[in-house]
Amino acid sequence: MNSDYNIAPLGDHSIIIEWEQQMDPVIHQRVMSVFYHLQSLQLPYIRDLIPAYASLTIVYQPSLTPRLKQQTASQEIQVMLKKMLEQITTSATAPPRILRIPVCYDPSLALDIQSMAEQKGLSVDRIIELHTQQPYTVYMLGFLPGFPYMGKVDDQLATPRLKKPRLKVPAGSVGIAGSQTGIYSMTSPGGWNIIGQTPIRMFDPHKASPCFCNPGDQVQFTPVSLEAFHKMI
Amino acid sequence: MIQVVKQGLLDTVQDAGRYGYQHLGINPGGAMDRIALSVANSLVGNDPADAVIEMHFPASAFLFETEALIALSGGDFGAMVNDLPVSINKPVLLSQNSVLRFTKPVSGARCYLAIHGGLALESWLNSYSTHLKAGAGGFLGRQLQKNDRLPFREVNNYSRLLQSSDIRILPWRADIRGLYTDANNIHVIPGSEWPVLTEDSQTSLIEKGFSLTEQCDRMGFRLKGPALHTRNKDERLSAGVSKGTIQLLPNGQLIILMADHQTTGGYGRVAHVTTADIPALSQLLPNQELHFSMVTPEMAATLFEKQELHLHILQNACKLRLQDYCITN
Repeated sequence: MNSDYNIAPLGDHSIIIEWEQQMDPVIHQRVMSVFYHLQSLQLPYIRDLIPAYASLTIVYQPSLTPRLKQQTASQEIQVMLKKMLEQITTSATAPPRILRIPVCYDPSLALDIQSMAEQKGLSVDRIIELHTQQPYTVYMLGFLPGFPYMGKVDDQLATPRLKKPRLKVPAGSVGIAGSQTGIYSMTSPGGWNIIGQTPIRMFDPHKASPCFCNPGDQVQFTPVSLEAFHKMI
Repeated sequence: MIQVVKQGLLDTVQDAGRYGYQHLGINPGGAMDRIALSVANSLVGNDPADAVIEMHFPASAFLFETEALIALSGGDFGAMVNDLPVSINKPVLLSQNSVLRFTKPVSGARCYLAIHGGLALESWLNSYSTHLKAGAGGFLGRQLQKNDRLPFREVNNYSRLLQSSDIRILPWRADIRGLYTDANNIHVIPGSEWPVLTEDSQTSLIEKGFSLTEQCDRMGFRLKGPALHTRNKDERLSAGVSKGTIQLLPNGQLIILMADHQTTGGYGRVAHVTTADIPALSQLLPNQELHFSMVTPEMAATLFEKQELHLHILQNACKLRLQDYCITN
């Protein structure tokens, strides 16, 4: 693997590997290949692996980390990661799942779609067309349990966060922030521009897999009518 | 079984945290003060990571429907059983129908209640910690409310030890001196964006004091102090963060991420509070002051190892003393 990464401690029980700070599917594939590889090693001292756009955070338990040559668990794991990154040559990852997610873009649910259309001089239909014309990569889950950060949206759709965040964004709301698109997995305060809502439950604590999306998934949005949306709920 | 007879401000079931799900955006949570979690559990002979009740002041009042061996640790909330004061860091036997209540915030921000044998609850994703946002884990995924009844994993009879008195305080205590670090000297190690801070700001972070604002909760502590500046605009993509990460907010103020922190964040990571210092930090209240001092990662590791060894020895000592009283798990 290219040496264009940096390994650094993130406190005294985490280490972060950072690649070039770009929202880029190729970089993300590298992130995911290291994620899958580390997952497959099932090291008992690794508690969590957090893939993000261009980084992978490794959360470890210092007291369970064998120290063969280095003074601290952090140094030991950093050395191990360096060796591992040199050895991983391909970006072979688990084949991406393609998730089709129905979205209703009706202005009654899409709180910001009309103001966005006006701002950009686009029709609402054109916004829907642009948002559904391509699959997106799930770069990471964060902010809320099961909230997928996806991208990149077409440049014409990129919109900064709302100046004044809403106190309550309904669960399932599909939003845009910069060139990212995401789905509120639960009702929460938030500042993304809401352009639709999915009837799918993105987070259900009672399911064995509580989150609908995994990092590395591909998501294809499909528009549905308000009537169809209500039937699916 | 215990019953909540008065609701507290924010009392939740917590254990050592929920790991293995941060890639799904599910944060670890768990007890804010891992020393108090371990001490309270050790005093009653539990596994140090067992589920306990974490309380904030004003705390709940509990009716014990059965006899129990309990211990309190962390903050001192002036605990009374019926009309008798009960110290923290001591094992206490309670008779049936005892009422445990908390009368005044003497010290600390969070008090922990452990019960011998533990609480009989369902785990969620391998942990008993309450995840308030997800509404899962702990007791029904929420804070304790009046009339909640929490069953014990085991019902014990301590009559021979209680000998018809209301309570019996067992004659040993956990010596916590030396376990906690000094809140006036919170050890930090540099973060990736430490070099991005101006030299003046680096000096301020170490030499100037900070205080906790009112915006301090289980998610994070927002601090008030000298505004810090970066050399150039620091813009990065969101990435994983960690408990103890000190982020620089756009207004130049700092936030320290605590147990219920989000799994990812985009603000500059100027430093990280060491794991050994999180317990002392988690016992601070709004408006209290703190100072940072920079240590090496090696020093941070040593501090943590010493603390863990201390807790381990305490755990063994408590187990042996309980065996003297024929109380075993």
